[in-house]
Amino acid sequence: MAVLTEEQTLLRDAARSWTRDRSPIGAFRRMRDSGAPLGYDPAVWREMGEMGWAGVMVPEAYGGSEADLFTMGLLLEETGRTLTASPLLATGLVAVGALLLGGSGDQQACWLPRIADGEIVATLAVDEGPHHVPENTAFKAVPHGSGWTLSGVKTFVLEGMAAHLFIVAARSAGQPGDRDGVSLFLVPAHDAGLSRRALRLADSRGAAIVTFDDVEVGPDALMGEAGKGFNLLDAILDRARAGLAAEMLGSAAQAFETTLEYLKTRTQFGRPIGTFQALQHRAAKMFTELELARSTVEAALRALDASDPDSALLASLAKAKTGEAYHLISNEMVQMHGGVGMTDAYDAGLYLKRARAAEATFGGPAFHRDRYARLQGY
Amino acid sequence: MADFGDLELDAFRGEARAWLAANYPPELRDPEPRSDPDAEWGGRRFVGSDDPQCVWMRRMAERGWTAPTWPKAYRGGGLSTAEAQVLEEEMAAGAYRKPLYSFGLLMLGPALLEYASEAQKQEHLPRIVRGEIRWCQGYSEPGAGSDLAGLATRCEDKGDHWLINGSKIWTSYADKADWCFCLVRTDATAKHGGISFVLIDMASPGVETRPIPLISGESPFCETFFTDVKVPKENLVGRVNGGWEIAKRLLQYERMNISASFGGGGSVGGVSGDIAAIAKDYVGVDAEGRLADPDLRARITRNKMDFRALALTIERSEAESAAAGGPSAATSIIKYAAAAFAQERSELVVEAMGAQGLGWEGQDFSAQEIAAVRGWLRAKANSIEGGTSEINLNVVAKRVLGLPDPA
Repeated sequence: MAVLTEEQTLLRDAARSWTRDRSPIGAFRRMRDSGAPLGYDPAVWREMGEMGWAGVMVPEAYGGSEADLFTMGLLLEETGRTLTASPLLATGLVAVGALLLGGSGDQQACWLPRIADGEIVATLAVDEGPHHVPENTAFKAVPHGSGWTLSGVKTFVLEGMAAHLFIVAARSAGQPGDRDGVSLFLVPAHDAGLSRRALRLADSRGAAIVTFDDVEVGPDALMGEAGKGFNLLDAILDRARAGLAAEMLGSAAQAFETTLEYLKTRTQFGRPIGTFQALQHRAAKMFTELELARSTVEAALRALDASDPDSALLASLAKAKTGEAYHLISNEMVQMHGGVGMTDAYDAGLYLKRARAAEATFGGPAFHRDRYARLQGY
Repeated sequence: MADFGDLELDAFRGEARAWLAANYPPELRDPEPRSDPDAEWGGRRFVGSDDPQCVWMRRMAERGWTAPTWPKAYRGGGLSTAEAQVLEEEMAAGAYRKPLYSFGLLMLGPALLEYASEAQKQEHLPRIVRGEIRWCQGYSEPGAGSDLAGLATRCEDKGDHWLINGSKIWTSYADKADWCFCLVRTDATAKHGGISFVLIDMASPGVETRPIPLISGESPFCETFFTDVKVPKENLVGRVNGGWEIAKRLLQYERMNISASFGGGGSVGGVSGDIAAIAKDYVGVDAEGRLADPDLRARITRNKMDFRALALTIERSEAESAAAGGPSAATSIIKYAAAAFAQERSELVVEAMGAQGLGWEGQDFSAQEIAAVRGWLRAKANSIEGGTSEINLNVVAKRVLGLPDPA
């Protein structure tokens, strides 16, 4: 655990007691079993909004508390522990980050206060196929009058069913695979021609497929410069990757602690199974991976806050290492619990399913290893 | 107040920079200076030597800067942590060689500062600072490896002296050492509570050393035999039968040093440098500039990521330990992870070099290729020395995770 300021410690502790009291793992299970159409419980998100979490990173001028990404990471780590489903990542971090990095003064003034109020859900729509490859964007943006016509399909859109606002990566020039020619647009969900369908994924969260059928937007929908949006998109994604890694770190830490507790209490052959060295060494290896992952997450968040030139490298490092750690720990959680780990009534399955979905979101370990190598010139 | 402190530090930085520049022997600027490779370890045979490394060591020792944070009373530098950090930064910035690298400095000294009598400190610490004595560590025995407390080297009280009989193994550089800090058995009836910590002059009659050739072709480790070796009563550190506590503390220093040496992605005794760059030379790149072997590229990247994560963990554990005033939980995993990553790195270097990475000696192989193969073999010891990886995992499971003892 990083050395925290007093303010950060207070916020972290508040988040920890809120998740324990108001959003324990059982709350996620109830949401899943209720078939909640948005993939989260709106009452939970409302409470988070009232605590000011949606606007944690929003500037004070727009009604937020203007905290940094590292602070947001502390919140996500705590909500990750109990698998709290909410738009905190997609809206409070990714969409806010996008508006702060690439939004004009008017765009910020239009959307940030409403996000900070908890009034709207906003999200980034980037992927178009089963794998995360942002430069392969094929979604079309064609000039139309003074504005644009948008057409294409975006998939795996986080909180896509709830979103009031989409930040869409589109191709306004060039071919899929080119970095040039990508543009970002702000598109309200109620625009004519936009339709969506819930993606029923294993982790029961609010992902959606969103179809844009010749959606017409004005010139004010464009973020930044037309065709020059790839670096902006990459910068937004790096914040998303590091933030999601923080959430995954919390989930992995909780999965590990729950498993450790089981090793100390489950008795077989007349003694706790945690006395067996075969299990002790595996537990120590999980702890090793977890500690390594924690270092990468904290370093990535701090580097992004400081606009460190190593930010992209560290974001990929954090996403890859945390993905691997959570992957390992969620598998071991099932195995070490034995038969009970296979039952739906037990929580291991919830962590396991979330682990894989989060691992794939914004690029899995293989994507980030490749990116890490490219960034280092090999 | 902070500003005042910063000003003082800035003044110290300026002074250190000027002094280092003025006192560094120009011969050491040569990329391959004419200097005995053993000189940086110090020792009796280098006292008064005009080897430029020894000149450098003596000048630095004059200011106590071979042991910057040790108290001035024992000829250390008496620097604060912040000043020592500045000195380290200036040393790195100017690419100055270490003046002294020794087990006395890294392991024994800190333990003496904590446990030794005033007379023992006065006798040994200044000589460590000046690099006049090269120390070795007598811990493992043929019958006491991972179960170190099972050691049997006998130390009998003969009234006016101790009498030592037994043997040690894996004593690093015992054949080149002047003195040995040694664990001995003073009570056969208590395991951990029957061990004492003694300092033995290797020139004493009855001490014999024999280097052990390793699979890497080198012999950094020795067998050390003690036959009726007389040791003065005042050479026992701490309490009689109180040596285990000192031994454990010293192992912490040892593991810290082993780990720190891996942090940058290097490999002790192996090939230094960026492994991706090495692989590019031997494997080539594709049209997009990527390493031509995608499988090797992925595994190299995984290893580089692991090392970066490790370096970040070392930084974090230092910051957390400083803030908490004790070792953070993250510290416990460093040696285990460092050994695993260094071994993997050494395997990847050999693999990347292909058949050239298997060269043992001769004109067909570059120095780097021979270092790669020998470093790969040497790295097998990373998970054995200073506590095996299995023992490391036991320690994490028990002390950090609180798992119960095996039956």
